[in-house]
Amino acid sequence: MSDKQKLVVIGNGMAGARTVEEILARGGGEQFDITMFGDEPYGNYNRILLSNVLNGTQDPADIFLNPLEWYTENDVTLHAPARVTQIDRARKEVRSNDGQVTPYDKLLIATGSRPFVPPMEGLQGPEGEDKHGVFVFRTIDDCHKIAGYANKCRKAAVIGGGLLGLEAARGLLNYGVEVHVIHLAPWLMNNQLDAQGGKILTSIMQKMGVHVHLEKATAAVLGDDSVTGLQFKDGATLDCDMVIISTGITPNNELARDCGLTVERAIVTDNQMRSVDDPNIYVVGECAQHRGRVYGLVAPLWEQGQALADHITGRNENAAYHGSKIATKLKVMGVELASMGVTEASDERDEVVIFSEPKRGTYKKLIIRDGILIGAMMLGDLNKVAYLMQAFDRGTPLPEERLSLLFDIGAPSVEATMLEMPDTAQICNCNGVSKGQIRKCVEGGKRSLKMVMEATRAGMGCGSCKKLVSEVVEWAAEGQVEEDPSIHYYVPGVALIKSELVEAIMAQGLKSVSSVFETLAHGVEDAGSKMGLASLLKSLWGAEYEDERDARYINDRVHANIQKDKTFSVIPRIYGGVTTADDLIKIGQVAKKYDVPMVKFTGGQRIDLLGITKENLPKVWKDLGMPSGHAYAKSFRTCKTCVGTDFCRYGVGDSTGLGIKIEKRFQGIESPGKMKLATAGCPRNCSEAMVKDLGAVAVEGGNWEIYIGGAAGAHIRKGDILCIVDSHDAVLQIMGRFMQYYIENAKYLERTYGFVERVGMDKIRSIVVDDSEGIAARLDASIQASVDAYVDPWLEADTPATANQFISTLPVLQA
Amino acid sequence: MPIMTPEKTQYSLGSVAQIPLGEGRNFQIGGTEIAVFHTRQGVFATQAECPHRHGPLADGLVGGTQVTCPFHAWKFDLTTGEPLMGQCALQTYPVRLTDSGDIELTFLGEAAHFVS
Repeated sequence: MSDKQKLVVIGNGMAGARTVEEILARGGGEQFDITMFGDEPYGNYNRILLSNVLNGTQDPADIFLNPLEWYTENDVTLHAPARVTQIDRARKEVRSNDGQVTPYDKLLIATGSRPFVPPMEGLQGPEGEDKHGVFVFRTIDDCHKIAGYANKCRKAAVIGGGLLGLEAARGLLNYGVEVHVIHLAPWLMNNQLDAQGGKILTSIMQKMGVHVHLEKATAAVLGDDSVTGLQFKDGATLDCDMVIISTGITPNNELARDCGLTVERAIVTDNQMRSVDDPNIYVVGECAQHRGRVYGLVAPLWEQGQALADHITGRNENAAYHGSKIATKLKVMGVELASMGVTEASDERDEVVIFSEPKRGTYKKLIIRDGILIGAMMLGDLNKVAYLMQAFDRGTPLPEERLSLLFDIGAPSVEATMLEMPDTAQICNCNGVSKGQIRKCVEGGKRSLKMVMEATRAGMGCGSCKKLVSEVVEWAAEGQVEEDPSIHYYVPGVALIKSELVEAIMAQGLKSVSSVFETLAHGVEDAGSKMGLASLLKSLWGAEYEDERDARYINDRVHANIQKDKTFSVIPRIYGGVTTADDLIKIGQVAKKYDVPMVKFTGGQRIDLLGITKENLPKVWKDLGMPSGHAYAKSFRTCKTCVGTDFCRYGVGDSTGLGIKIEKRFQGIESPGKMKLATAGCPRNCSEAMVKDLGAVAVEGGNWEIYIGGAAGAHIRKGDILCIVDSHDAVLQIMGRFMQYYIENAKYLERTYGFVERVGMDKIRSIVVDDSEGIAARLDASIQASVDAYVDPWLEADTPATANQFISTLPVLQA
Repeated sequence: MPIMTPEKTQYSLGSVAQIPLGEGRNFQIGGTEIAVFHTRQGVFATQAECPHRHGPLADGLVGGTQVTCPFHAWKFDLTTGEPLMGQCALQTYPVRLTDSGDIELTFLGEAAHFVS
């Protein structure tokens, strides 16, 4: 006798079999003897593909998910065809129509649903038998019968213009019959589309040769033994010799109702997917009603199965299903269609974005509430749908620019790219990771972006491919991506989002990185979290921050940028890119004295001395006698300028003077990500101010346009105009205020281009320019305090901050 | 191939205060450069260079008993030398703090350490 518990599964459809797979994947084979009952004489197949079987594009054999061997291989006993006729809860056994009595410890009801046939006259022939030529569309057998009959037919009617009805109609077209779709609602697929989308779909279908009859209720099926036509409630009739009824589903509840379980529209379950009446009976799929909802799609069913499997195997006793947000992507008669959430705006706050091109059969509609996507439909062009589904599912705020939500302007679609991309294509150019490596990693079970990144190192170089990596992961995981909770934390090693972390730091007066680990991370120090915490603590405490140098990256410990040969680069500050002959001579002399291997102009209009040893850094700084250019830090970097009004024939504003003022004021200001600035003396933008984190561009009339959120590195983005001001002082004030707002609100390492898109220009403008939250004066005061606290870090040449700050190798004392 | 016979095996590297808390510094012993880390969990010693692209591990960020190389963020366990991100383990060396706060390293010479 086995000491395993007995798990009996009623139903061998997609829900039952998938849930058993999930249970087996959690080691359930060790815990349970599993017995399954299936109504149909087959293994388990993908019902979604039945329409392909009907239209002949797929062989029935190809749609099987688990062939009969799968059951033997996994020690699952399958009774098929066998129908369970009774559940005896008192004796904990089930009876089936093959005469068996099967005991259970745990029971899983996955009986699914059957087609709902609305009441109408003439469904049966004179002897009460099913009338010839009337079909439903649910099983492989239905497919075979429909196909067999359609060959002899001339004209077919499909009652029901929902997803399945249209799929059936498409299938029938292949048999050369004239197809009519009869639909009760004013437009097709009214659950997924609004009136306009439905209208476009109708015209696409008509072009394909399907006749569409809307707002028609069927009263009777005409004909004696066989179908000859339909009679509608408005008196009209339609001749036809075949009818397929596809008007929705009814859950198979009878077994559950007969044994006394609570059944409303379907069997009522708790969050563990157990019947509310019996903790030994689980329910999954279309026969389950969770929080008042019954789902008829596969995605929710997967989620239910996962929670159920976690719970039943004891893998996670707190596992719970919390309902699903319904997003569907499907192909109806070759037309791609996606739908999620609501189909109409219902509140005056709701913002509706629509693009409609009926001639090409393209329609896109988004319904946005408070910046969050609450509904969307797309017809004909599904390029952006992966992103939208994710944003919908997670409730993440949408970028301000709505146009980019509808179109990939100038870029090929993600899906097309993924399919066409060979396995050898390099995704991460920094670490040389191919699409195939990522795919294999996902197939090997790593289903979150973070896990894949850590395993393959893809996306861990410059980071610019991270979006592409996530797209490959999503594509390879076929939508089954897991989200790593730590991506929401401010730093990975402290399990708090930024606002919670800030609150805890302030409430407990934590002023050093080590005290944060001690108090908020159970004393576990995490190297990957140190720099982020240091940046945050400094912005929160200012001068009170207790600086621990080990929390800094090497560049910030020695105020220079480490190079591949362990030497450093030294970039002195050259305000606004304007230098003097004396400074140039001095730089040249230093370069000669230290035999500097390379002297190079930087992109930020400065001079870089490359190849300085750590030990020589303090000497070089002293000899230069110039302040640090901070070309290594997450901080204000430089302000590039053009020659403005001094010499340029086109300049309309003194950009050089402004750039020097900006750099003198904000030098050394630390920030979550680096800040590169520029000023341009006219809109010709020679200094590229429009693609800087902050930029000022002079325009005719003595005004300055202030741009924020520009980027021209691994990510390229034109900045947005924050406002237009009329003086250098006003530029300095607004720039400083934005910097402070960015410092306080950005995530660690989030550059302004990401910050601006995440927070939104409208909000930033209202706070920074219009002072809508009344914090402008405080922001101004805070940035002023940081400006006042500026100390040139190169002064540590004379007063080192730590023991042996600039020494790599210490002498060994002779004993 | 001559068998190396180290002249001595115990090296006193001086006060731990030479290494700022949470950081590492290198020591040259014979022809071998060794990184010594002064962590909040004690002192540890490993080979000085990252096996990936020769990054200076002593300049890395330490978290608990792990070090992250400053070059390409390969990560190692300081107690065993095992890689946590990346490939190839680090050579580690027995090291301890004396009662007076001095670092004492056991070094048997290249050959002895690389036998395993």
